Amino acid sequence: MAERTSVILGATSALGQAVARELAARGEALVLIARDAERLSVVAADLGARGATVSSRTCDFDQLIEHAGLIDSIGEADDYWLFYGTLPDQAACERDWEATAAALHTNFTSAASLLTRIANRLEPRGWGSIVVVSSVAGDRGRGSNYVYGAAKGALSLFCQGLRMRLSKHGVQVVTIKPGFIDTPMTAAIEKKPAPLWATPERVAQDMVRARDKGADVRYTPWFWQPIMLIIKSVPERIFKRLSL
Amino acid sequence: MQAPDQVARVPAWIDGEGGARILTDAPARGACSLAYGRGRSYGDSCLNSDGELIDTRALDRFVSFDRDSGWLTAEPGVTLAAILRLIVPAGWFLPVSPGTSHATLGGAIANDVHGKNHHADGSFGRFVERFVLLRSSGQRLVCSADENTELFRATIGGLGLTGLVTQATVRLLPIRSDRMDVRIDRFQGLDAFMALAAERRDTHRYTVAWLDCAASGKAFARGVFLAANHARGDGPLEPAPPGSRLAIPFALPSRLLNRHTIRAFNSVYFARHRPLEGREIEQHYQGFFYPLDAIDRWNRIYGTRGFHQYQFVVPPGQEAALGSILQRIVRSGMGSFLAVLKEFGDLPSPGLLSFPRPGLCLALDFADRGALTETLIRALDDEVRRAGGAAYPAKDRLMTAEAFRAYFPAVDRFARHVDPRFSSDFWRRVHG
Repeated sequence: MAERTSVILGATSALGQAVARELAARGEALVLIARDAERLSVVAADLGARGATVSSRTCDFDQLIEHAGLIDSIGEADDYWLFYGTLPDQAACERDWEATAAALHTNFTSAASLLTRIANRLEPRGWGSIVVVSSVAGDRGRGSNYVYGAAKGALSLFCQGLRMRLSKHGVQVVTIKPGFIDTPMTAAIEKKPAPLWATPERVAQDMVRARDKGADVRYTPWFWQPIMLIIKSVPERIFKRLSL
Repeated sequence: MQAPDQVARVPAWIDGEGGARILTDAPARGACSLAYGRGRSYGDSCLNSDGELIDTRALDRFVSFDRDSGWLTAEPGVTLAAILRLIVPAGWFLPVSPGTSHATLGGAIANDVHGKNHHADGSFGRFVERFVLLRSSGQRLVCSADENTELFRATIGGLGLTGLVTQATVRLLPIRSDRMDVRIDRFQGLDAFMALAAERRDTHRYTVAWLDCAASGKAFARGVFLAANHARGDGPLEPAPPGSRLAIPFALPSRLLNRHTIRAFNSVYFARHRPLEGREIEQHYQGFFYPLDAIDRWNRIYGTRGFHQYQFVVPPGQEAALGSILQRIVRSGMGSFLAVLKEFGDLPSPGLLSFPRPGLCLALDFADRGALTETLIRALDDEVRRAGGAAYPAKDRLMTAEAFRAYFPAVDRFARHVDPRFSSDFWRRVHG
């Protein structure tokens, strides 16, 4: 039986590594993509030691010009997983448009560029899945985090439309909306309230399950769905006065 | 366990110059550093309230695993449980297993952990082939028995004070099955324990005894002796699944554990082993090596006040001292369940500050009752010292500088290799 192959875009991120390990444990083959060659080789060695079939490529996702070549260079693959992103400093973004532009570029524009190319490859083929890490932060703009939220919100909308387009061709698009994940990216944030913080391993399991079940949108852990339902339903005139 | 409320940094990478900055920039932040794994040391050797903890949980990658020769190289934050999930299906096992699989590789080196096979194989450090040590100067040093030898010896059992281990290579033990053949005996008194230990020493790779420290009179020093080997025939090679079956949901009332409940628990435990007496049972390695890992946050049975663990070794020929220490514990009425008695062997560790040494080793918990418990532990410390023994830093919060020096005569030689920007609560207490 041919192995199922997954392309991991952002393979050196904490979540990317956790999902890759989960897939490796299921005997799936992996194509790892990240910017930093040295770190990529460390992650590839880890997955190789775990027994996975691994190949890797480097790509600076911010350089949109690299995207076409990257997607072309990848052989036949079943699933594409998009992880990379940055968590910008909101205060810096407020002071400096350049910081805002960079955050929007990495978290939305670059992702949309790659997704377009992946979609155009999968649409005629008629199978496979695209799993995209968005965020609960994209569900509603908040004063404390709206630049990141805007990029992720736009990404969620983009995926929603892409899902409608590709579902008619047998390709599934899964939008993942994680809440707080305890990773090095969020190390500086106080982990309170503790029950809301999930491990990358937990989120990775949910993500793989979402792909296997053909989910459309998956909040992870699950309790973020009711939480965001409440947050989205607060009237704006009250919401704007909250400190969130 | 979650890192305590201390400044904790969680690097995803410690490679290159950028990665080294977590240490080299610490002085600019006015801080000293200490690596923190999963916080499974019971005392304060893994805390650094005056500085920063380098939380190694994201440094959990395997570097290489040679399935033919049984050599494994990994980053320090990999847990022993994660290692077992990788190596058991390939027919390999940890050369030395401490009492929990939630500890990390880095922690196993820093504490030069020992296991039930100390009499046969010695401590964990004997199986560490080499490691890379990142110092606060930004230097990366390959350390082994042939290279940077003194630093190698200082780091094994060095309580994390010599720098940050960025990766380590260990030699694994081949197995043919995930099962253990466990022989069970009950004994009455220390002499009977000694006789059993001598009898099983050469036939069993793993030996350990559970000791009743609540029983007095005729039942004094009774216990259950376990001796085991990895099953010899080809069998299944299934690692334990991640996660625990049970969890203690919240801290139980501290009064739940008193001399009556503990006495009752111990009596039941002793009686329960009667039908197994003299028999050999087959058991998965998880249940044999890591019984407490099945209960998530078992420490909560001690309530919000928590507990002290105390572990010590007395040299051969000092069985009488052990008996007198045990008498004191029984008289105090503070003895816990799960006291563990083990005969250490004479295989030397490369570690300068290594705790395991020939003799008899006893480990037990004391529910924290404030000054009462402290007084008891200090009295035990005095007896251990008089007997020429040592207490285990990984499980200590009360050791004095004087006692530390007596237990670890190589301390001056060790101190020369401590990284000038590394420290811990334990180190400041015992070394100033």
